[in-house]
Amino acid sequence: MASRGATVGPAVRSAGLSVLVLAVLCAVWEAYKWIGERAEIRWPFPVNERTMPHVHDMVGQLFEPSRRNGPLLIDVLLDAAAFTAKEAAVGFVLGASVGFLIAVALSQSRLLQRGFLPYIVASQTVPILAIAPMVVVGLGSKGVTGWVAVAILAAYLTFFPVAINTLRGLQSADPRALELMHSYAASRWTILWRLRVPASLPYVFSALKISATASIVGAIIGEAPSSIQEGLGGAIVNFNQYYSLEPRNLWATNIVAAALGITFFLVVAGAERVVVRRAPENVA
Amino acid sequence: MSAPPAAVSLAGVGKTFGKGAVRALEDIDLAIAPGEFVSLIGPSGCGKSTLLRIVGDLIQPSVGDVIVNGKPAHRARLDHDYGIVFQSAVLYDWRTVTKNISLPLELLGWSRGRRNERVREMVELVELSGFESHHPWQLSGGMQQRVSIARALSFDPALLLMDEPFGALDEMTRERLNMELLRIWERSGSTIVFVTHSIPEAVFLSTRVVVMSPRPGRIAGIVEVDLPQPRGAETREQPRFFELVTEVRERLAGSGAATAPTEPALVTEERV
Repeated sequence: MASRGATVGPAVRSAGLSVLVLAVLCAVWEAYKWIGERAEIRWPFPVNERTMPHVHDMVGQLFEPSRRNGPLLIDVLLDAAAFTAKEAAVGFVLGASVGFLIAVALSQSRLLQRGFLPYIVASQTVPILAIAPMVVVGLGSKGVTGWVAVAILAAYLTFFPVAINTLRGLQSADPRALELMHSYAASRWTILWRLRVPASLPYVFSALKISATASIVGAIIGEAPSSIQEGLGGAIVNFNQYYSLEPRNLWATNIVAAALGITFFLVVAGAERVVVRRAPENVA
Repeated sequence: MSAPPAAVSLAGVGKTFGKGAVRALEDIDLAIAPGEFVSLIGPSGCGKSTLLRIVGDLIQPSVGDVIVNGKPAHRARLDHDYGIVFQSAVLYDWRTVTKNISLPLELLGWSRGRRNERVREMVELVELSGFESHHPWQLSGGMQQRVSIARALSFDPALLLMDEPFGALDEMTRERLNMELLRIWERSGSTIVFVTHSIPEAVFLSTRVVVMSPRPGRIAGIVEVDLPQPRGAETREQPRFFELVTEVRERLAGSGAATAPTEPALVTEERV
């Protein structure tokens, strides 16, 4: 309980620090824009209202109607974010589960590890843009709705870091701790659940934090080739086409997408604080 | 408290690592009676930690017979006949003091009520009351090692194997824990096999000190410690204590080993 009370201070401080950093980044953006427009910077890109809108314009755009007499842009984007979040969340859970099970299976046999690991690594070198149409069309022909196919694409990006890190975590147990388990004549299964899995949790969570954001990227990218309009990916494709007319819409969408990613990350980080009981210096 | 015929019996035990390239142990014959406190002492690399692990069936001997509690070492391990304590406490970070002590009890399938009762006893025995819900990293090194001892004794094994349990602790903590260990030993009546680098520690604790020679490890001599029981702080000041310390030191010197080195042994071992 004492530790719970002591963590509130640092949490507030780190939140304050994040706000401060955000403010500094906005200031740098505005300063670069201000100087760039006056000094006519052409490299790496010409600085103007189209390439670098004002921060307050991007945020302000959220509260403008998305079209004449239509709903506010933020309402449209929040709906899209909710849709994408559903795809990403399903994909995240699916991918993390598959990744964890793969790691557990591989940890039980060096032979399996040597046989399968190269293909698991190879799976990630195939660009998702190449797989997306196959998955969407293939599953679509089986009557699977579009968003489920996108969730599977998100899972495809999610399982890999979880599988690799969990495998490492499962193998991270102290050799003395393993000897201790052998001295109790513990079975392989007992050693797995009482020692290897708990020892792997810091590794699992550092992978889940990567996967939390990767699942959103997977969902957004997956929407484009699937011609799904309801999500953030659809919004990005749409606003990208009209970028030269209204750049602020795309930037505003980026802000919402980033906020969604941060939300996912914070949920996982929060779960980690609850689940992983480790010396502060040993939390991976 | 059960008293089996012989706690540990080693006959012609030898161990070579890496296809005979490294001869770690040779011709070890040793019988340990129930209730004895036997220390294995020797320089780094004399194989004393390996010998301890052979008794615990954590390493297989290359030759020889190992009988623990009147049965083969393998059977004894499956029957949970011994508890083990390492130089590092090897506590599970994610478990509290209570849960660390009850780990072997969980594996043995004890009921929750029985576990809680035993853990309470053990916490009292090692004087950690008030720290039950602490996690390992919130404890000092000495306290961690006490938890480790409580865990090893929790299921009431007839034999306690200790591999330099106090080697990483400062001198004052070490002497205090030596006293506590003697008190626990007297109360539990278990047999203890204790690996150490420290001559005074071995003499103070043991009923017999087994002096080992380096590479390949052999028994260079056995010193009977006839200091009266129970022992206390004054034991260390008796002339007989110094005589025995000198005797062990001379046996070590005579075995080709200089006085005990201070750095801990690097135990290279193969998992079996």
